[in-house]
Amino acid sequence: MRRRLAPYLLLAPSLAGIGLLLVWPALQVAERSFQNYGLPQVLGSEPATWAGFSNFTSILADPEFWLSLRISLIFAAVAVPLTLIAGTLVGLLLHRLGRKMAAFVSTAALLAWATPAVAASVVFVWMFSPDGGIVDWLLGEVPGLGGPARWSGYNWTTVSALPAYTVLTLIVVWQGFPFIAVSVLAGLKMMPSELAEAARVDGAGPWRVFRSVRYPILKPIFLVLLLLSIIWDFGVFTQAYLVTGQLGNRNEYNLGIYAYDKAFTMPPSYGLGSALALVLTVILLVITAGYVRSSVRQGALE
Amino acid sequence: MNRQKVVLNAAAIVVAVVTLLPIFFMLSTSLKPAGEIFSLTPRLLPSHPTWSNYGAVISGSAAGRPYWDFLRNSLAVTVIAVVASSLIAMLASIAVARFRFRFRTAYLIMLLIVQMLPQQALVIALYLDFRAVNMLDSLAGLTILYTAFALPVTIFMLRNFVAAVPRQLEEAAAIDGASPPRVFWHVLLPLVAPGMVTTSVFAFISTWNEFVFALAFLGTDQSKYTLPVYVTYFFGQHSASWGPIMAASTLFTIPVMIFFLIVQRRLRDGMIAGAVKG
Repeated sequence: MRRRLAPYLLLAPSLAGIGLLLVWPALQVAERSFQNYGLPQVLGSEPATWAGFSNFTSILADPEFWLSLRISLIFAAVAVPLTLIAGTLVGLLLHRLGRKMAAFVSTAALLAWATPAVAASVVFVWMFSPDGGIVDWLLGEVPGLGGPARWSGYNWTTVSALPAYTVLTLIVVWQGFPFIAVSVLAGLKMMPSELAEAARVDGAGPWRVFRSVRYPILKPIFLVLLLLSIIWDFGVFTQAYLVTGQLGNRNEYNLGIYAYDKAFTMPPSYGLGSALALVLTVILLVITAGYVRSSVRQGALE
Repeated sequence: MNRQKVVLNAAAIVVAVVTLLPIFFMLSTSLKPAGEIFSLTPRLLPSHPTWSNYGAVISGSAAGRPYWDFLRNSLAVTVIAVVASSLIAMLASIAVARFRFRFRTAYLIMLLIVQMLPQQALVIALYLDFRAVNMLDSLAGLTILYTAFALPVTIFMLRNFVAAVPRQLEEAAAIDGASPPRVFWHVLLPLVAPGMVTTSVFAFISTWNEFVFALAFLGTDQSKYTLPVYVTYFFGQHSASWGPIMAASTLFTIPVMIFFLIVQRRLRDGMIAGAVKG
């Protein structure tokens, strides 16, 4: 009897914590997205009333929602492949390097990974700053790009979405490629080196070796990395919040910032914010379902 | 063959230099006097390095309060949350690694899913919940939250370390008459300790860096700010003082880097063992 109860007792504290602070609020978000929930409800002066689908219909009618959704989608579509390609190339490079060189490069990469998102964002904003930032100066010095007159004082971050998300892409790739590189390297290490060797002897070039020998073995790892990268980049908040000027530049909102702004900017509309958060969550959970499936297939839950 | 080696090493150096560039830039700007920061032709290195930016941040003359206040807040929240989540995760890991029971797979799948819940979604509900119990502007509230947030990843990674300890060791101790708590303290815990260090690195980094909840929960009372909120506030209020901002960012980043360099080897292994958010 004790033996049968033991696992449940051991799980109880974690279940309480996760249930109360992760699962329950997720359910609350779902509930509030169908309610009118603003300042009066928070203060208790009026009860929350059911709103049916009105939060969702007003979101769908809001052009800002479609803009933010488009920004999130395009950003993920650009940043995810770039991170995966950069990470894979560095992973392949690490595999071929000598021990000392590999340690040097992977230390550099992991330092980028360990840099707090807030610090990384602030540094990139400074590098791309219109007042004394190094990038504007550098672009002005490169012949054929229009010279200093074109680039001096160029505002990357707070005027329009394209340059701001270019900076954001650089931050996300910079912080994201080390994880991909280390995972790809781990996959390569598990692979017998004779396979690639044999292919090379048979006259296969580097691309052919990767495509026909390495990629098939790395495929399950790539699938997980792809799904994780989509989840992270689609939901990116901290870096986007800082690069786009800490709320206010509405033409640069992605879905996460838009939801945050709807919920917290005065007058707060927690119902609308919840509805947006639910949309974001459902999109991410659909991708997560793929992640869970491939984890189960690879036996990660054994 | 040799030429290929040269090409590879050259590529490696380029990758490392480009990767280190932003970090280098943060350090170099933090050591520049104001006049050099806004010069028309930026230089990589400060010509007259100065500690004055650090002085302004540490004394609090750059933005509101002394740096130590924020460091203390961040350290307290992070250390308590990491220790608490490691202990709770340890219990859960034993259950998952040592017992076969109904709902075991369901529990693990639940961990994978909650790990992926977007924080911008949860923050709205938790803000209202914490407001209702008067814990919004409170470091204790954040600590509880961070403990729970660190659990899924920590359990997921720690269970592998528990599973790697041979069962026979525990069985032998039990046959010798040791009670389950004794087996845990004297057999299992010492063997899993290195694994706990690895997993706590991840919990430490994600908690130390956590931004969304600290931003939403900590209102205008600066004395409660953790380092990410402090740097953000500073950056928003004094966006032109790049020297002190870079000094503050450096001071915020350094503890993570030191922690990370100490455990670098394990970190690489741990990154492979469990998918972890950066």
